[in-house]
Amino acid sequence: MKIAVCVKQVPDSWAEKKMVNGTLDRENVDAVLNDLDEYAVEEALRIAEEHGGNDEGGPNTVTVISMGPERATEAVRKALSMGANDAILVTDSKLAGADALTTSAVLAGVISKENFDLVLCGTESTDARMSVVPAMLAERLSSAQLTFASSVTVDPASGKVTISRVTEAGVDEMYANFPCVISVVEKINEPRYPSFKGIMAAKKKSIDVRDLAAVGVSVTSAWSLVADSAPRPPRAAGIKVTDDGSGGEKLASYLAEKKLI
Amino acid sequence: MSNVFILADFLDGKPTKTNAELATAGARIGSVTAVVLAPVGKGEAQASSLATGPISQILIVESDYFSQNGVAAVADALAQLVTTKSPAALLVASHAFGKEVAARVAVRTDSGIITDAVDVSSDLTATQLVFGGSTTVHSKVSHGTPIITVRPNSINAELTPATPVVEKIELALDENSKKATITSSKPPVQGDRPQLTEANIVVSGGRGTNGDFSPVEAFADSMGAAVGASRAATDAGWYPHTHQVGQTGKSVSPQLYVACGISGAIQHRAGMQTSKTIVVINKDPEAPLFEIADFGVIGDLFAVLPKATEGVKAHKS
Ligand SMILES: Cc1cc2nc3c(=O)[nH]c(=O)nc-3n(C[C@H](O)[C@H](O)[C@H](O)COP(=O)(O)OP(=O)(O)OC[C@H]3O[C@@H](n4cnc5c(N)ncnc54)[C@H](O)[C@@H]3O)c2cc1C
Ligand SMILES: Nc1ncnc2c1ncn2[C@@H]1O[C@H](COP(=O)(O)O)[C@@H](O)[C@H]1O
Repeated sequence: MKIAVCVKQVPDSWAEKKMVNGTLDRENVDAVLNDLDEYAVEEALRIAEEHGGNDEGGPNTVTVISMGPERATEAVRKALSMGANDAILVTDSKLAGADALTTSAVLAGVISKENFDLVLCGTESTDARMSVVPAMLAERLSSAQLTFASSVTVDPASGKVTISRVTEAGVDEMYANFPCVISVVEKINEPRYPSFKGIMAAKKKSIDVRDLAAVGVSVTSAWSLVADSAPRPPRAAGIKVTDDGSGGEKLASYLAEKKLI
Repeated sequence: MSNVFILADFLDGKPTKTNAELATAGARIGSVTAVVLAPVGKGEAQASSLATGPISQILIVESDYFSQNGVAAVADALAQLVTTKSPAALLVASHAFGKEVAARVAVRTDSGIITDAVDVSSDLTATQLVFGGSTTVHSKVSHGTPIITVRPNSINAELTPATPVVEKIELALDENSKKATITSSKPPVQGDRPQLTEANIVVSGGRGTNGDFSPVEAFADSMGAAVGASRAATDAGWYPHTHQVGQTGKSVSPQLYVACGISGAIQHRAGMQTSKTIVVINKDPEAPLFEIADFGVIGDLFAVLPKATEGVKAHKS
């Protein structure tokens, strides 16, 4: 099987985030591999390992695909050190501030040339928090959409993929045939830590860096425009009481006073 | 006058409160058309259940592919309607399903998309709260039909009775939208409590409950609240996963959020930080969630909650 995993480099979720000129200030915060994408990398590796592995000459390959600034190679390298085989990074100054429609067009541009059987994604990038790129990819690639998977079973011989989809609307059992776009929820597995051997091996793995012209996708102007952004006034310091037996009553009186009950 | 589409929102076949909220936002822009995508034979019944909010027209498309093929089939029908009827905007409920449908319609109709809006104004400016609610962003779609997903429970719904004109439309769905097949669907176990994302009050329990949610539920019931849980509690199997609040659970934005025995990890905050009033009960005075609490009780939830429950009941009687 040819498996792709889409990963994004994002600002560390613990870092303070600010808006600069209508987009997120990415320059001044630590950047990491989107932690929800680690589950997608792990699942891709598990699917490969369950069906003959992804060693050189083996039946499967796992390719990391990312769009982002040049330093996104760090996040890509992490996915490689977990065990992915190779990577493609699309980086271009024209992509600064790209939104989901552009991102999905670029990723689809790369993926459509490679005949992947499976494309795995996380459910959400922790910076954009849109949860739309996987669905857009499925639409653009005319592939089956199997998103929000809490389990994935693949039969390489028949090309059938079965998942459980968990969302607020409940649990659906679904199946489709290759090629599929799958997004996985964080409950699906426990991502491995890169081993020392993995980290050393990753240094030798190739990252194919491409610009937009090489992908063959042109970027049109923005799909939406930010008019303004402003920090909200911080929450006023709250009331804090230590329970001495009357904490529950005090809470009930507070709720009554605020007309919340 | 311009016309705005809303995708009628149903959970387990029943209309959600979000429909009136979407209609209220839509009515600021133009007349509101609700699109009902229903199983064969169920369209009229579903349409007539949309009885509240400023809805002036309902378009019904019936097809069993909607429940068989899910997101892709619904998006296909909606994209076809948007293309032929050219509404001024499309508003969809901002949950996993709604966002994915909106995403595919955006691709199909070459339109900009804004997700997780908490407000939409008459000139189609969407308001979003980003970075855990610390920053307000106003933005506008600049290309195609503005597609905006709106967070449930963010807009004060106008609850006027609706008397819409109903029209049924026949559509053929594209083969591409039938590539994934749903073999079974289990709706979330609802019980008698309100839906988590729609509730005015949410009471959540975390690892501090040590598996015993009874004081959390009793307090919730005294106020007619929904019950939520932290990931520590859902992972331990103490409460169903569908009740998880946070980054990888549900985003809630109630009038009142009460966190009991929850420390306040960033992933939990991501799902509740925009609640109007936040109450925290935790025995550790250093728990980070106290930083954003309007009212905090440092104490044992097993001692505090029963007294608070009594207090609420006394106030109500
Ligand atoms: C990718 C990823 C996604 C995640 N998504 C989510 C998510 O969606 N939602 C989520 O909630 N978490 C999520 N998490 C987990 C998150 O990081 C925390 O681990 C989790 O929120 C902790 O839950 P907790 O606050 O209940 O437990 P803890 O952090 O263990 O806190 C328990 C608290 O209870 C207090 N306590 C103990 N006993 C009592 C008592 N008797 N009375 C009062 N207080 C008491 C303690 O002082 C402590 O503060 C995610 C993590 C990752 C890595
Ligand atoms: N720039 C990107 N490069 C590669 N993959 C991405 C990128 N942006 C989003 N994705 C994938 O799409 C998923 C959902 O992202 P989003 O729709 O931005 O919340 C992520 O978890 C990634 O798997």
